[in-house]
Amino acid sequence: MNPVWIPSQLHAYTGGASRAWASGATIAAVLDDLDRQYPGLKFRVIDEQARVRPHMRLFVGKAPARDVRAAMADGEELMIFGALSGG
Amino acid sequence: MATQLLIGTRKGAWVYRDDGARHAWSVTGPLMLGQIINHFVQDPRDPKIQLIAAKTGHLGPTVFRSLDAGASWTEAKLPPAFPAGEAAGRAVAHTFWLQPGHASEPGVWWAGTSPPGLFVSDDNGATWESVDGFNSHPMYDKWVPADSGTPDGPLLNQIVIDPRDAAHMYIATSTGGVFESLDRGGSWAPLNRGVEANFMPDPYPDYGQDAHFIALAPTQPDRIWQQNHCGIYRLDRPGETWERIGNAMPREIGDIGFTITPHPRDANTAWVFPMDGTEVWPRTSPGGRPALYRTTDGGASWTRQDRGFPTEQGWFTVKRQAFCADQAAPIGLYLGTTGGEVWMSDDEGEAWRQIAAHLPEIYSVTAAPAP
Repeated sequence: MNPVWIPSQLHAYTGGASRAWASGATIAAVLDDLDRQYPGLKFRVIDEQARVRPHMRLFVGKAPARDVRAAMADGEELMIFGALSGG
Repeated sequence: MATQLLIGTRKGAWVYRDDGARHAWSVTGPLMLGQIINHFVQDPRDPKIQLIAAKTGHLGPTVFRSLDAGASWTEAKLPPAFPAGEAAGRAVAHTFWLQPGHASEPGVWWAGTSPPGLFVSDDNGATWESVDGFNSHPMYDKWVPADSGTPDGPLLNQIVIDPRDAAHMYIATSTGGVFESLDRGGSWAPLNRGVEANFMPDPYPDYGQDAHFIALAPTQPDRIWQQNHCGIYRLDRPGETWERIGNAMPREIGDIGFTITPHPRDANTAWVFPMDGTEVWPRTSPGGRPALYRTTDGGASWTRQDRGFPTEQGWFTVKRQAFCADQAAPIGLYLGTTGGEVWMSDDEGEAWRQIAAHLPEIYSVTAAPAP
């Protein structure tokens, strides 16, 4: 299982929770598991071509990640943030 | 019957409902505060059904649905999206236009997106499919050049369905102009003859125009009104050459704007809200004096209507989806400004009054009978 940091922009999906747990061997798989728990969440973060949306940021073990095919180790944290997006 | 205005803004949605006489308006909202609402539409076939096209500054685009007249909202299970893994690599940036389907097809909705894409739902917006007839058309790359776009991105900004024939459709785009389909979206052909594109080497190309808004005359659906980037036009089918009826506008006003609204019961009458298209294209009310212009003779002549608007220093901008009519008699007209004001007329444009202010930048205003 992997801990996931949920930004405020996605709290409508998680019932206000900023922490979640999901499992998967890649970022995409973790997000798929997250989407099973919170339907609709993934598409707001990742587009239909599997790209991270322009104003979202992902970090794995505190390192920035843009390719959702990247591997995740069991227990590694995925952090999702809303980036700066203007007014 | 009460009228309600569904208002989409850059920061959420609001509903204004009248007292049955269009005198006093009560407000509900904000809904989805902070979400960018490009369109907020009630289904004329079933007024309990409402759809909202939304995204946020951070999050990707989606569609929210209400099946109980706005009492509760759920998100589409499969929002409009291009096919995953396609070679073109397109991704919907936002859904711009939501169109209830033909009266004979309950549950069907159409959506237009940025980048230009056509999508259809047959379950009241719960799931959406890409319409290959346009999105994978062999001419798509010509009709939607890679470097095209408005400041908000290139748009498939409108979908219009012939009330006599569910298979007969028109779409308007910011990149290729107007297109027509006779087979319910299976194939498309440009319909732009006579429409100027003064930003192209050939100012009258087959496609490449920026069709800001098109509307069929409800009582005469062979008549199409168009407010284009380059003027006001009318086309009477089966004709294929648009007539620039904006040439009859006063020279000092011009015929630039974003919207045109036909009279629901009179095919010769329509209104435009002109904006300044000179030099650097301010696209504010010419001279700082907001006004509508009405034609009652199919565009042969235009009459100014400005009573109630500021007489000076009124720099209104009204976007594509932010001008509409209701169905009452006399009809009401409504417009929303990028400065967050809503103005209305209950006498077919003769006199105007402000009914809302201090809203965020208004993107869309639709009028519907209160359910």
